[in-house]
Amino acid sequence: MPSNVPAPATVERRHRRSLAGHIERVLPRLVVAPSLGVALFFVYGYMLWTFLLSLTNSRMLPQYDFVGFAQYARLFANERWHVAATNLVVFGGLFIVSCLVIGLLLAIFLDQRIRQEGALRTIYLYPMALSLIVTGVVWRWLLNPGLGIQAMVRGWGFEDFTFNWLVDSDMAIYTLVIAAVWQASGFVMALFLAGLRSIDDSLFQAAALDGASLPRIYTRIVLPSLRPVVFSAVMILAHIAIKSFDLVMALTGGGPGYATDLPATFMYAHTFTRGQIGLGSASAIMMLCGVLAILVPYLYSELRGQRHG
Amino acid sequence: MANMVRRHTTSARLWRGGLYTLLIVAALVYLLPLVVMLLTSLKPLDDIRAGGLLSLPSTISFEAWSKAWGSACTGMRCDGMSGYFLNSIAIVVPAVAISSFVGALNGYVLTKWRFRGANLCFALLLFGCFVPFQVVLMPMARTLGWLGLASSTSGLVLVHVVYGIAFTTLFFRNYYVSIPDEMIAAAKLDGAGFWRIFWRILLPVSGPIITVTVIWQFTQIWNDFLFGVSFAGFDSQPVTVALNNMVNTSTGVKEYNVDMAAAMIAALPTLVVYVLAGKYFVRGLTAGSVKG
Repeated sequence: MPSNVPAPATVERRHRRSLAGHIERVLPRLVVAPSLGVALFFVYGYMLWTFLLSLTNSRMLPQYDFVGFAQYARLFANERWHVAATNLVVFGGLFIVSCLVIGLLLAIFLDQRIRQEGALRTIYLYPMALSLIVTGVVWRWLLNPGLGIQAMVRGWGFEDFTFNWLVDSDMAIYTLVIAAVWQASGFVMALFLAGLRSIDDSLFQAAALDGASLPRIYTRIVLPSLRPVVFSAVMILAHIAIKSFDLVMALTGGGPGYATDLPATFMYAHTFTRGQIGLGSASAIMMLCGVLAILVPYLYSELRGQRHG
Repeated sequence: MANMVRRHTTSARLWRGGLYTLLIVAALVYLLPLVVMLLTSLKPLDDIRAGGLLSLPSTISFEAWSKAWGSACTGMRCDGMSGYFLNSIAIVVPAVAISSFVGALNGYVLTKWRFRGANLCFALLLFGCFVPFQVVLMPMARTLGWLGLASSTSGLVLVHVVYGIAFTTLFFRNYYVSIPDEMIAAAKLDGAGFWRIFWRILLPVSGPIITVTVIWQFTQIWNDFLFGVSFAGFDSQPVTVALNNMVNTSTGVKEYNVDMAAAMIAALPTLVVYVLAGKYFVRGLTAGSVKG
């Protein structure tokens, strides 16, 4: 019927509207698509790429003659890698435990209606704003046996005072712990403080009315309820420990010798300065495995928690 | 909390006294490196050799600062930190702006225009927060070479944007989740489209999260060393790399006061941000505290 045929202009308008509508419908996906593409290529693609490189014989330049898992065999037979991996366990373990203990104590103390709490909090937390390079440079100066803390204490009259860990290959790894704890413990304090503040006051009052002492309240009521905070703090600190690179570079340079090498510095040295790209890639993949080992349980619990959010 | 009524007994007073002593001693320990850094940077070299980490300078001198800024040697070059400071700014400003904007858009879509697979999409993006960057160094070096961006400022901006998006998306997504969907639905009924809703409704209420994101990204990118040392060229090295080179320069007399002044110069921008906007800094830290 002629009356049912719309005028050409209307057809065009309707068509345009539906095209616009179509664009409008896919627009959200179009907007996210570049980011997703970037992640797929620069994160997942690169992980695969590095894994492939770790299966090759690449030295100065990447090349793709595959040698199976030979680089991993070399890595595990490598003395320097053993030092780096052991160092990570020592450094990571001490770093995490010290940060947790110091952070928790500071948070509990600060939670006792302290005057100037804000100022103290600010002081404890400021190292986190600094670059790890700056932290490394400063502590290198403080720990310099000739001019730093050792010299200062000797200047006070304690002539035999010795604190030369920085140049002692058995002790240098602990200087990394000191500097890293100084940097990150305030942040753990902030996490714990937030956790403490979220605990219901009435719990406290009830326990106090029952005559429970303060230490008892903390060990029986407060600490158990802080378990999720401890869990996230450990994840975050472990992640920081595995990635530690800047601090080593600035504080010890990996030395003396390679006594303070960590996997991150091992990877960098072999990939960029020693022309061992295959071996460096294998070590990077091992670092990835380390991160995944702590991350998978963490993400699992986080995403489960967020499902209802 | 812990606000039990405490009787003013002697033991309670002792406990409070001990508490304050402990907290103040801890504060002094945390402040020590900063104080030493500042004192050392203001001392003439003779004072430093005479010893006394905490001794006051015999004369306050800004010579070390001006040398660190303008003429100290970093590796081969001897023109101070100023050039590298500007490099860092040239990297930070575009990288922060782009990554924050993209993160805002992503967060907006992932909460207000949910499509099938949106959650998977978010999870895939989120992993970028956790990846150890050692895994991406070599492929990134190759890619930057192909793109003709090796050793350039633009290359570093690209790297920081790419690995910053995961965090900025996380921040904005978590913030936009809390904005009621009804507002968006009402706007849609009124005929507002995708962009109009974003510009007119969401962005105007995004002030706090924009602040957190910008501070977080600024701090992370300013403090970055790994990407800088891996990908920067002679003319694009950021201030952290320059500081490390300066401190490790072994030629000539070691001028510790200049090293410390350089460290202060590298640290000042983030310290200033922290002092001025500590609240937002901490919020970023606790929200995105996965980045090493």
